[in-house]
Amino acid sequence: MNKAYFEVLRPGVNTTIQDKGRNHLYHVGITVSGAIDQRNYTLSNKLVENQLNEAVVEFAYQGPLLKLKKGKINFAISGDIFFKIIRKNLEVEDGECYKSYILDDEDQIDIISTKNSIYGYLAVNGGFDLKKTWDSYSINTKANIGPNDGKKYSLNDKIFIKKLDTKNLIKRKINYNYSTDNIIRIIKGTNFDYFSKDAIAKFFKKNFLITNLVDRMGVRLKGPKLENIINTNIKSEGLVRGVIQVPADGNPIIMLSDHGTVGGYPKIGVVIAADLDIIGQLTPGTKINFKEVSLEEAQNIFKAYTDETNKYLNECN
Amino acid sequence: MIKNILNLGDTAVYCDFGSEVTETINANVIDYFNHLSILIKEKKVEGITNLTPSYNKLIISFDLTITNYKKITDLIKGLIIHRVIKNNNKKIKIPVCCDDEYGLDLTRLTEKLNINKDKILELYFNKEYFCYMTGFIAGMPFLGDLNKNIRCDRLETPRVKMPKGSVGITEQFANIYTFESPGGWNIIGNTPQKIFDVNNLNQPALVNPGDKVSFYQITKEDYLNWNE
Repeated sequence: MNKAYFEVLRPGVNTTIQDKGRNHLYHVGITVSGAIDQRNYTLSNKLVENQLNEAVVEFAYQGPLLKLKKGKINFAISGDIFFKIIRKNLEVEDGECYKSYILDDEDQIDIISTKNSIYGYLAVNGGFDLKKTWDSYSINTKANIGPNDGKKYSLNDKIFIKKLDTKNLIKRKINYNYSTDNIIRIIKGTNFDYFSKDAIAKFFKKNFLITNLVDRMGVRLKGPKLENIINTNIKSEGLVRGVIQVPADGNPIIMLSDHGTVGGYPKIGVVIAADLDIIGQLTPGTKINFKEVSLEEAQNIFKAYTDETNKYLNECN
Repeated sequence: MIKNILNLGDTAVYCDFGSEVTETINANVIDYFNHLSILIKEKKVEGITNLTPSYNKLIISFDLTITNYKKITDLIKGLIIHRVIKNNNKKIKIPVCCDDEYGLDLTRLTEKLNINKDKILELYFNKEYFCYMTGFIAGMPFLGDLNKNIRCDRLETPRVKMPKGSVGITEQFANIYTFESPGGWNIIGNTPQKIFDVNNLNQPALVNPGDKVSFYQITKEDYLNWNE
């Protein structure tokens, strides 16, 4: 087979394939998966002229070291990432995010680390040569669903690239300043009244610390104990991204893309859709505050968020 | 039938069918689930991304770039639901080995419930269970109801890694850990049978809501030589 591929010379901490996610399967217990930071995922595809729902490589903290074999490609990296391009002749270039590059046969991309964030995205023009499982390329490592037998990438794995169209390798750029915010906006949860007045006051006034227990399933927080005055368990029911569950120990857990599809802890709130990219990117040790918004406000904020994403997409050329 | 409709954040509708867990309430949830699934399949409604039926709730997730809470709520309120008598509900028999190395919590349960191991297993195996829902991890069935004498709370400290195939009980429910995962249920045995098959794209889960499940005990030798 004469297809271009990346050889994984260093896998990084958690390198997987992600896309917009896998829908219509919550009822069998299969979670949505998909890129944690959907805006950065979308921008990476745009930078290499892909369809916006094409598969990309998602990496966390330390990313992979990849060597291109048998081809010439156009790639881009989005996020807040420190990376280098090592050319075949061993010349080293500093990489810039939100900018597309041409990579030649035997060149390497060394994704050294994320900066003040957890996830970054690598897109290649034409996408990767992978099979969809239930309409999505996303790897779900908990249930071993998706490409690479549903596992994260390891040393010496190969990631094949779909097409080799060397004619249109255009350099593109987006002037995007990656930033995060420590104020997370939420809508009251369906069990908001399970919590004492004192707990509610603390929930909105005090800081919550992002602990080390952060992965694609969720974010565990530590803060003042949130006292539950009704019941610390509910009958298991469906969850969605952004739900903030509070188990008996009083410390909130925020659901991310690989969350369990049902859960039995009371829901104090739900992070609004426009803040999901940010909450998934905050690193352990960060302190956050919750701010309540109404459903109507959340919908307006989401509209502004999508308008802003579209503005960057339209700027790209 | 739906007692209350709320928003779960800005991207989901929360339909509350009541607080009790009964087969009747669960059947109402499943009726709505089936009805909406057909509307989605026939593209008569747009923007719904997931339906999550549970014991007594139905959560409808949607894409906020396409639809919103009000549109979905109006749709739900306008639905006229007919009970679809489904003949495709299955009766499934699942083998379980309860030797000490698989029935991790049996000894603890004899003390906690104050009945002997044989009696616990007799009460457990001597019953047909109803599947209320599947979820948490891929294909995990939530079954009920257990005999009243063997109901117990979750483990005080959940296990970090529950072995794949573990068969657990808690409150009035029984389940099966389809994958290795964290978990807090009391484990009485382990099944060698594949409960979730990612290669069976049309029906990856062996057990689905509405199915009836019974368990039968096998020896360790049967377990080790199990061949589907």
